[in-house]
Amino acid sequence: MFCQMLKGALMRQKGKLSMIAFTMALGVSLATAMLGVMMDVGDKVNQELKTYGANLSVVPRGTSFLSELYELEEEDGEDTAPNAANAQKAEKYLAEDELVKMKMIFWAFNIVDFAPFLETAAVVGGQPVTLVGTWFDKHLDLPTGESVDTGMKRLKSWWDVTGEWCRDDEDGAMLGQNLAAKLGLKAGDFFEAATPDGAGRKRLEVRAIVNSGGKEDDQAFVPLRLVQDMSNRPGLVQRVDVSALTTPENDLARRAAQDPNSLSRKEWDTWYCTAYISSIAYQIEEVVTGSRAKPVLQVAESEGAILRKTQLLMLLLTVLSLICSALAISNLVTASVMERSSEIGLLKAIGATGAAVALLILTEIVLTSMLGGTAGYFVGLGFAQIIGRTVFGSAIAVKGLVVPLVAILVLLVTLLGSLPAVRMLLSLRPTEVLHGR
Amino acid sequence: MNELENNILELKDVSMIYGAGGQVKALQNINLTVVQGEWLAIMGPSGSGKTTMMNIIGCMDRPTSGAVILDGQDITKLSPRALTAIRRDKIGLIFQQFHLIPYLTALENVMVAQYYHSMIDEAEALQALTRVGLQDRAKHLPRQLSGGEQQRVCIARALINYPKLILADEPTGNLDEANEKIVLDLLRRLHAEGSTIIVVTHAPEVGEHAEKTIFLEHGRVVKTTRNR
Repeated sequence: MFCQMLKGALMRQKGKLSMIAFTMALGVSLATAMLGVMMDVGDKVNQELKTYGANLSVVPRGTSFLSELYELEEEDGEDTAPNAANAQKAEKYLAEDELVKMKMIFWAFNIVDFAPFLETAAVVGGQPVTLVGTWFDKHLDLPTGESVDTGMKRLKSWWDVTGEWCRDDEDGAMLGQNLAAKLGLKAGDFFEAATPDGAGRKRLEVRAIVNSGGKEDDQAFVPLRLVQDMSNRPGLVQRVDVSALTTPENDLARRAAQDPNSLSRKEWDTWYCTAYISSIAYQIEEVVTGSRAKPVLQVAESEGAILRKTQLLMLLLTVLSLICSALAISNLVTASVMERSSEIGLLKAIGATGAAVALLILTEIVLTSMLGGTAGYFVGLGFAQIIGRTVFGSAIAVKGLVVPLVAILVLLVTLLGSLPAVRMLLSLRPTEVLHGR
Repeated sequence: MNELENNILELKDVSMIYGAGGQVKALQNINLTVVQGEWLAIMGPSGSGKTTMMNIIGCMDRPTSGAVILDGQDITKLSPRALTAIRRDKIGLIFQQFHLIPYLTALENVMVAQYYHSMIDEAEALQALTRVGLQDRAKHLPRQLSGGEQQRVCIARALINYPKLILADEPTGNLDEANEKIVLDLLRRLHAEGSTIIVVTHAPEVGEHAEKTIFLEHGRVVKTTRNR
C-alpha cells in the first residue's frame, strides 16, 4: 500500500517533483564539480606551480653554512690540486652520475624536473663572466629501463628566451640579457670564454638571450660538460634544483623536517609514504651520496597556501550551492505540503500517525532528490571536466569518494530542506482541513 | 446488559471555549448519551457548535472542560497519539467533501484505512465496496466517479475497520437528490445492521431519518426529539 501511495503521489505531482529534482540536480552538479576539482586540485595546482620553478635545492652536505648564506665564491684553481684536496672536493660536490637515482626513489613520479649546476669564473672579451654549466634538455636512461628528459628547458619554462634553447651536446651558450648587452652579443654570435688561468678555453655560439628577471640575467648558461672540462671537475656538480609535486606541509611534516628520528614508527611510515617536501628531500638524501636536500620554503609554503585557499574556495562554493538547494527545496516541499493538506489531514483522521505521514512525504522527496542528485552528479562530472580543461588544461580525475559524499549531501540537504515542511505537517490538525468551511 | 454498559458515547458537561479570555464559547455544558446501535442527528444553524461537537466526538479535538466517554474510556485526557489510535480503531468518518485520495482507485482508497489500521486485505476492501454497490467501480479513480459514488467510497472506507461508531459530517451536503437518497438508504441499512451512527447536518430531511435528534444553538442543546 505504501508503495502504491508513493507511486501515485510521484506520478500525480510530476511537475512539482520535477522542480525539486531539477533544484537538487543544479546543487549537486555544482557540488560534484567543486568536490571533484577540490580533490584533484592539489595535483593540478602543484603542476601549475611547478612551472614557476624548483621547490627543492640539493647541495653537497659539506658546503659550509656560511658559504650557502653569503654565496661565497670558491677558489676554483685550488680544486685542481690532487691528493689531499680530493676528500675535501668530494664534500663540496655531488656526483653527476648519481643524479639519475632521484628518479628511482619512492616518490620518483613526483620528481617532475631537475637540473644540476656547476659554476666557474671565466673571462670573455676581457670581461669577467660567470659560466654556469647545466642540463638544458638531458635525456637520461634509468637502470629500471625507463627514460627521462629533464633540464632547464622544463625547469625554467617561464623564461623569456630570444633564440633557441641550447642543446647539451653542442658548444653553445644562453646569455642573460644584461650580460649579452654588456658583451655586445646576440643570438648567432660566437665568443671565446677562458678560465682566468687560461687553462680552460672554449669557443661558444650564442644560441639565445634569456630574460629571467633575476640574477640569471648576468650569467652565461652552457652545457654542464663544458664547465666540467674547463674547470677540470669532471662528473661533478655543485647544486641540483628539483621541482617536485608535494603535499602541503602539516605538523607531522614540520616535525619530521626538523628531526625524522623524533617520529614514532607509525608516524615515520605515514610521513615517509606521503609526498611531503621534507619526505621527498629525505629520500633524495638517501640516494645521492653526501647530499643535503633543502626545501625552498617560500615556494613550498606558497604552494601550500594557494592550495589551501583554492580548496577553501571550492568548499565554500559547494556549501553555498547546497544551502541554496536546501532553501529552494524547503520552499517547494512546503508548498507541496500546503497543497496536500487535506490529503494529509485525511490520513491523520483515518488513523495515520504524524510520523507515518511524514515518512510517506519524506520518501517521495528523498526519492525525487536522489533522482535529481544522480542526474546532477553526471552533469557535475561534465562541469568538472570543463573546469579542468579551461583552468588547468587537463582532465579532472573522477574520484570514487565523491559518490558517497554526494549521496550523503543529497540526503542531508533534502532532510534539512524538508524540515520546515515536516514540522508543518506534524502540527497540522485534521479538523483544520477536513470540514471545508 | 444494563444501560450504562450499553452506552457507546457519553458527554458530561462538555464545554469548548476558543480564544484568549474565552470570547468564543463553541459548546457549553453539553450532556449527551448515545447507546449502542442508535442513530443520532446533531442539527443546528451555522455556528451553533455542530462541527466542534463532531470534532470532539471524533477524537480530533479535546474539550476545554467536561468528560467524553467513548466505549467506556474517558478520552479527554488522552495524548494526540492515543486519540489517533482510538480514531483508527473505533470511529468511521464520513465527510461532506468525501476527501478521497485523488491518485488512488476507489479500492485503494478503502485499503488506505486498512493499511493504517492493521493490514491490507483486498478481498475485504472489495467486499466493503460491494456493500455500497460499487464493486464495478473499484478500479476507478475518484475523478472518474460521480459525487454520490465518491461518497459511497467514503462510506466503504469508514466501514472497513468495523468501527464502533460512524460519524458523518453533512454526508449529503454535496449531493443531488438522487444520490442523497442512495446515501441515506445506505446509512439506514447500516443502522438496521446494528451500526451506531451520528450524523451532523443542518438538513431536516436528513435529520428525520435518525432515531434521536438534538438541536444546538450557540453551543447549547436547546431541544432533543425522538423521531421513532
